[in-house]
Amino acid sequence: MGRKAKFDETKKVKKGPGRKARKQPDPIFRKELHVLPKFNQCSRGLSHRQKQRAARRLKKKAQLVEKKKAAKQAKKNVNQEEKKEMSEDDISNDEEVKGGFTDENKEWLKLKKPTKTKSKVEKPVSESDEESGSELDSGSGKEDSDDNEEVEEDNEKESGGKENYKVGKLDDLFEDSDNENAGENGLESDDDAPKMAYDSDSSEGDGKDGDDKEDDDMLPIEKANLKLKKKQKLNQKLADEEMQLNIAKQDVFAFPTEEELQNPTSLQDIHQRIKDIVTVLGDFNRLKQEGKSRCEYTELLLKDLCTYYSYNEFLMEILMQIFPVQELVEFLEASEMSRPVTIRTNSLKTRRRDLAQALINRGVNLDPVGKWSKVGLVIYSSTVPIGATPEYLAGHYILQGASSFLPVMALAPQENERILDMCAAPGGKASHIAAIMKNTGALFANDANKDRTKAVVGNFHRLGVVNAVVCNYDGRQFPNVIKGFDRVLLDAPCTGTGVIAKDPSVKTTKDQKDIQRCFNLQRQLLLAAIDCCNAKSSTGGYIVYSTCSILPEENEWVVNHALKRRNVKLVPTGLDFGTEGFVKYRHHRFHPSLKLTRRFYPHTHNMDGFFVAKLKKFSNVIPEPFKDEDDEEEVDGEKVATENGDASTSEEKDDQTNKTNGPLKRPAPTDTKEPQKKKKAKEDKSDETEEKAEVSVEGKKKKNKKNKQKGTANEAQEKTSNVNENLNIDKTDETGKAQNEKQQNLSKDSTNSGNTQSPKKKGKKNKKNKNKQPNPTIVSKNEQNVTEKVQLEVSKKLKNKMKKKKKIGQINNKNKNKETKSAKPIQKFKTKNKS
Amino acid sequence: MKVLSEDRTRILFEKLSKYIGVNVKLLIDRPDGTYCFREKKDRVYYISERLLQLAQTVNPDHLVSAGTCFGKFTKTNKFRLHITALTYIAPYASYKIWVKPSAEQQFLYGHHVLKSGLGRITENTPKHQGVVIYTMSDIPIGFGITSRSTAECRHADPLANIAFHQADIGEYIRSEDTLM
Repeated sequence: MGRKAKFDETKKVKKGPGRKARKQPDPIFRKELHVLPKFNQCSRGLSHRQKQRAARRLKKKAQLVEKKKAAKQAKKNVNQEEKKEMSEDDISNDEEVKGGFTDENKEWLKLKKPTKTKSKVEKPVSESDEESGSELDSGSGKEDSDDNEEVEEDNEKESGGKENYKVGKLDDLFEDSDNENAGENGLESDDDAPKMAYDSDSSEGDGKDGDDKEDDDMLPIEKANLKLKKKQKLNQKLADEEMQLNIAKQDVFAFPTEEELQNPTSLQDIHQRIKDIVTVLGDFNRLKQEGKSRCEYTELLLKDLCTYYSYNEFLMEILMQIFPVQELVEFLEASEMSRPVTIRTNSLKTRRRDLAQALINRGVNLDPVGKWSKVGLVIYSSTVPIGATPEYLAGHYILQGASSFLPVMALAPQENERILDMCAAPGGKASHIAAIMKNTGALFANDANKDRTKAVVGNFHRLGVVNAVVCNYDGRQFPNVIKGFDRVLLDAPCTGTGVIAKDPSVKTTKDQKDIQRCFNLQRQLLLAAIDCCNAKSSTGGYIVYSTCSILPEENEWVVNHALKRRNVKLVPTGLDFGTEGFVKYRHHRFHPSLKLTRRFYPHTHNMDGFFVAKLKKFSNVIPEPFKDEDDEEEVDGEKVATENGDASTSEEKDDQTNKTNGPLKRPAPTDTKEPQKKKKAKEDKSDETEEKAEVSVEGKKKKNKKNKQKGTANEAQEKTSNVNENLNIDKTDETGKAQNEKQQNLSKDSTNSGNTQSPKKKGKKNKKNKNKQPNPTIVSKNEQNVTEKVQLEVSKKLKNKMKKKKKIGQINNKNKNKETKSAKPIQKFKTKNKS
Repeated sequence: MKVLSEDRTRILFEKLSKYIGVNVKLLIDRPDGTYCFREKKDRVYYISERLLQLAQTVNPDHLVSAGTCFGKFTKTNKFRLHITALTYIAPYASYKIWVKPSAEQQFLYGHHVLKSGLGRITENTPKHQGVVIYTMSDIPIGFGITSRSTAECRHADPLANIAFHQADIGEYIRSEDTLM
């Protein structure tokens, strides 16, 4: 599976006969990647040895310069004396002079350096050669390793330089100056080593001279080679300049004016603009236009993306929050292309190799889906309808997206287990489970839609699955039907934002309400799935949750919710690819173990967008529902909102969350006085309770309750003083009073029911107010016990509680004010309904 | 899920024995646990006792299917074998017909097997015998009833029927709704 980049352009893939399906084009690499190799050439040119040599060269140069200076001094002295003699020697003698030396010179020159002349003879390059006119190798020895050349050139220059000026001092001035030039050239060229080889060419005068002289001795091919090298160098230079220009030009993206924005342009222009904005956002500080904020750019980008890819703004906004812009464009582009058709071999009836052979015989062009799956095949092209071949009808394979393999692989079913697939239709994953179990054990395939269960039955019979029970329940009720499964797979219904290629209607139809509806259902389903699972199973106790959506609201958030509500923990999915799940998303901070979940994207993995999480249940006990405040109450509020049919929009939700986070600190200064009041009030209360505790044993229970209720009522009243929202709190007061009356009316026999209620209520209150209290269930139980124990204990415990309340009231009052405000009435209503 | 009545059991087994003969008893006595036939809305399911117990926890109204559906009783109380039973019938079939690749598609569209499409046939197959139809690559693709014995086939006209179509795997697509 996967696109195959045409790295080897010479090899052309032959197209088979038949109709061509629309295929994903070859991957396009970013500009930076293309540019890179050039940079590499320049920057990475020097090897270790080369560096060493360069260092040596520098050393020598320094020595040379010193020597030169010394020699020049000497030369000046000598020159003036001998000039007249030398002037008589003409240029016709030059060659003589160069080949050997004048007699006088010969003597002392040879004495000085017999070794270097040897090297010179061996290696004739550059200036000295031009002069000496000995056989030139530089042209033909084009691939002579540059390093050698350089080194020897160095030696030569040294020798040449020495020799030359010595000659010069004997001969004409012209020669002398020329040589000095050459020496300087050599110095320059030494500075940048890689250029050395062509240095003679680069300096115009020298090169031409050289050419003219060399022409006679060089073969035509050598000349051509020299020319070509020159040309290449020039081209390279030009290309570099051009690139610099391009880079300079790139940042010229003018932010369109309002008129331009209002007048609709062609889609291509928009596409270009999208590209431009993406590049600008990629390097914003450098490329931005003065006076334009990032916000303006992103807004423009949002609009352009919406028009170009025809999404609604809501979904695009969410997608922009999930992906960085560069990736977003890739994702949108990938969502336009349909994924390759994949099939899964039914290992109950055949093997993949046999199936592949049979299909190839029918004219199907296919490949294994990848190393990660042993049953998947990708269909590139086919001459027959792939969903109606005799092999298909005989149940040798099933059409299934590659991403649908993943949850089953994560579930890793074992033989003889009892497994539940909660949302099974059309039965692809469920039959995969059965195939892995080899038709042993028991498989329950459930789906809420009766019509779709027919597809499940059909597929099961076709594929030869005989260990399955197909049923039609709402998944949320399934724990009432049967429990104790070893493994549960929940492929929850979702908005389908990962499969936009399959169903483009998602682009425009989804809004906040849909998402909310989805994730509420998903949460309930996941909790039900966890309830169905048996933690004590020797082999299992696993739940796999998957969706074909990429929105964190439907994935991480749902799992996070389940982590809080049930005794489950996340375990590695066993899938070795895919990106990690989000731990942070916008204002949400999920449990760190959500890293263990896996996300799959169309643009990175070339399969549908998908999410897989594997949970292990470690206890069958269902913890008390109100364990964690922040998330739960938020959720509750939303639930109620959705139940009432007025789902809050995204802004509203944001407001809610802001309420919980943002403005908490603002009212703090006003609240600082309140806790003190409360303290006093509570101290009073505690005094009262002590007194009452002393009063009588018989009235204990009632009073106990009364106290609690009084406490709550007082709190509520305090809040009324704090806050202006009288309505809600009036209601709470009323409910509180109503309950008071009711419970007072209750006879001692019926106090049990009252007991069961009051602790719960108390528990809720406590949990709202007591952040630090570790285990609320224990507290409520304690309360029940307390009523049957001795007076003293009661009073002590009450005292303790009051203290706790005080403390926590101080800390949390300011924090929880708003939440409690919003959440309390709802809970009270609930309790009222119960009672 | 109820136990089949005496009468219906007899009808069912008569039908099954037409295709797999004495192998019927192999369906009942199995090494991997006891299996049984159960009836639900006139449809007959073949299911292991172990799975049946689990399936009974599901409310009949919500139970769609359990185990393998073998077929259904018509209103005239005849048993009609469905293609879904092929998984169990094919391994035990005593008489087989192989069709040529060119005739595969014909049969899968619900046509009878003609002499021209006949690839192989089991020796001494009698007339009006239930057979399982295979492709040349040994994939079972349906049931049929022979209209001629093997001997008669040899001299039959190329366009003559050899086997009447009873059920084929094309029905999974053609009649998905009515099948289950």
